Amino acid sequence: MIYDEEFEALPREAIEAIQLKRLRDLAERVYATVPFYKKAFDERGVKPDDIKSLEDLQKLPFTMKQDLRDNYPFGMFATPMENVVRIHASSGTTGKPTVVGYTRRDINTWSELMARTLAAAGTHRGDIVHNAYGYGLFTGGLGFHYGAERLGASVIPVSGGNTKRQILLMKDFGPTVLTCTPSYSLHLFDVAGEAGVDFRSLKFKVGVFGAEPWTENIRNEIENKLGLDAVDVYGLSEIIGPGVSAECVEAKNGLHIFEDHFIPEIIDPQTGEPLPYGEVGELVFTTLTKQAFPLIRYRTRDLSVLYREPCKCGRTLVRMGRIMGRSDDMLIIRGVNVFPSQIESVLMSRKDIAPHYVLIVDRKGHMDTLEVEVEVEIKEEAFSGAVKDLQNMGRDIEKDIKDLLGVSCKVRLVEPKTIQRSEGKAQRVIDKRKT
Amino acid sequence: MRVEQISVFLENKAGRLAEVARILSEAGVNIRALSLADTSDFGIFRLIVDNNDKAKTALKEQGLTVGKTDVVAVEVDDRPGGLSRILDILSKEQINVEYMYAFVQHSGKDAVIIFRFDDIDAAIKLLMEKGVKVIEGKTVYTL
Repeated sequence: MIYDEEFEALPREAIEAIQLKRLRDLAERVYATVPFYKKAFDERGVKPDDIKSLEDLQKLPFTMKQDLRDNYPFGMFATPMENVVRIHASSGTTGKPTVVGYTRRDINTWSELMARTLAAAGTHRGDIVHNAYGYGLFTGGLGFHYGAERLGASVIPVSGGNTKRQILLMKDFGPTVLTCTPSYSLHLFDVAGEAGVDFRSLKFKVGVFGAEPWTENIRNEIENKLGLDAVDVYGLSEIIGPGVSAECVEAKNGLHIFEDHFIPEIIDPQTGEPLPYGEVGELVFTTLTKQAFPLIRYRTRDLSVLYREPCKCGRTLVRMGRIMGRSDDMLIIRGVNVFPSQIESVLMSRKDIAPHYVLIVDRKGHMDTLEVEVEVEIKEEAFSGAVKDLQNMGRDIEKDIKDLLGVSCKVRLVEPKTIQRSEGKAQRVIDKRKT
Repeated sequence: MRVEQISVFLENKAGRLAEVARILSEAGVNIRALSLADTSDFGIFRLIVDNNDKAKTALKEQGLTVGKTDVVAVEVDDRPGGLSRILDILSKEQINVEYMYAFVQHSGKDAVIIFRFDDIDAAIKLLMEKGVKVIEGKTVYTL
């Protein structure tokens, strides 16, 4: 269901006209109110007036995570504190937290976007939303809460933790929509099983999962185990929180970016150059309407891909693919940008090997030639005992990788359970060039 | 007339073969015949043992990749020309040998050759027609 037909299904020219008008306003506003942006614009010799078309966005400077830290806590706010009605902050696992602020209108915008998100997942007035995202400084809990109320659904603000009690509430209240991280949904399933509750007998029809990277395999696992449609939602507190983009339950194929509020770009993380639709790179967002904490070309460090083909749900918004990893993980091999997640996707698509791997990048001799070794584990069912079958399998994988990435590599098959598992922080890349 | 052979996938690194031998020894499995195919990266250790189930269970418990393949065991006179005669029969009928290995029984009379064919049924039929002695699995396991 489309919550806001007026903005979610606009013709391309109309959405771009809105974006341009809002971008010009934004540039004026941040130049006048945020010292960081005045300095950054001046250093690049660009004035708000120079924005004549959407392409001119590329003249504007990027905003990095470090810039937010440098202006901790409120230095990036574009409005006096008396207009700020809410503060959220990121966990800040590396250094100080990232602090973001919202005006009353910002909260209103966010609620609308979360209402769109929940509606895209098939939520209606009359649904009961079991919201197990954490409430607090984290944007997940309150973001979904306000969206569900805006939509007119009944929301259970259960937050995270106390999983046994959550199972009791699920049984007794009969919620129809589950909102939490994908990993917590599987934990709920396990705990329900231990308590003798058949998850599939609960009334859930859909789950809206986000706040951590997940895969199609995990989607299938969740849908099979929990007996509901699992859809993806994307967001980050710097941009607004959840509700930057959302999947529709009709297609479950990419997240619709709410472009009337955010301009997405995909750039080469090394050069900063914009990349065409369909190419993998770093996601960059410009917030068009936010008042308290507007950002110009914020580099998310998240890797994804943008595509503009219309969706069968009727939305005309640009879609982004699942988050494929972090741009910090990028390798440059013979001048080609390679993301471990791309090689992972090749390996995951094969039935004959387990998706555990290590990439070894090296430099042979004095020549600047590099070799990628992919260690994969063969599955027992695929092992025929014939040398040629294994060699063919290795060559097949090499070809798949070459086709997708344009980089030749050597595949080395290893025995099962010899590669470190991805629980915690497994080392997936060994770059011998650095030593 | 098929004989069951087990194959073990081994990375090409020191100690792997010894590990397999140790596991089989601890499981009380006796090896009847063996061969090792290797490439620069990996090897396949092929075995005919006295107890397939016991060997497979023990190896799998230790996390090894174990496969099962049907092969043909043929008895050949232990004298010049014994092998040549059999290969001639096969080549005339264009039956391709994927790999083979041999062992000599302690009697000193006969040798046993283990063959892996693309078309195992056609090979067995042909060899028997030509009067070659094809040995049954249970005989090979207890040789």
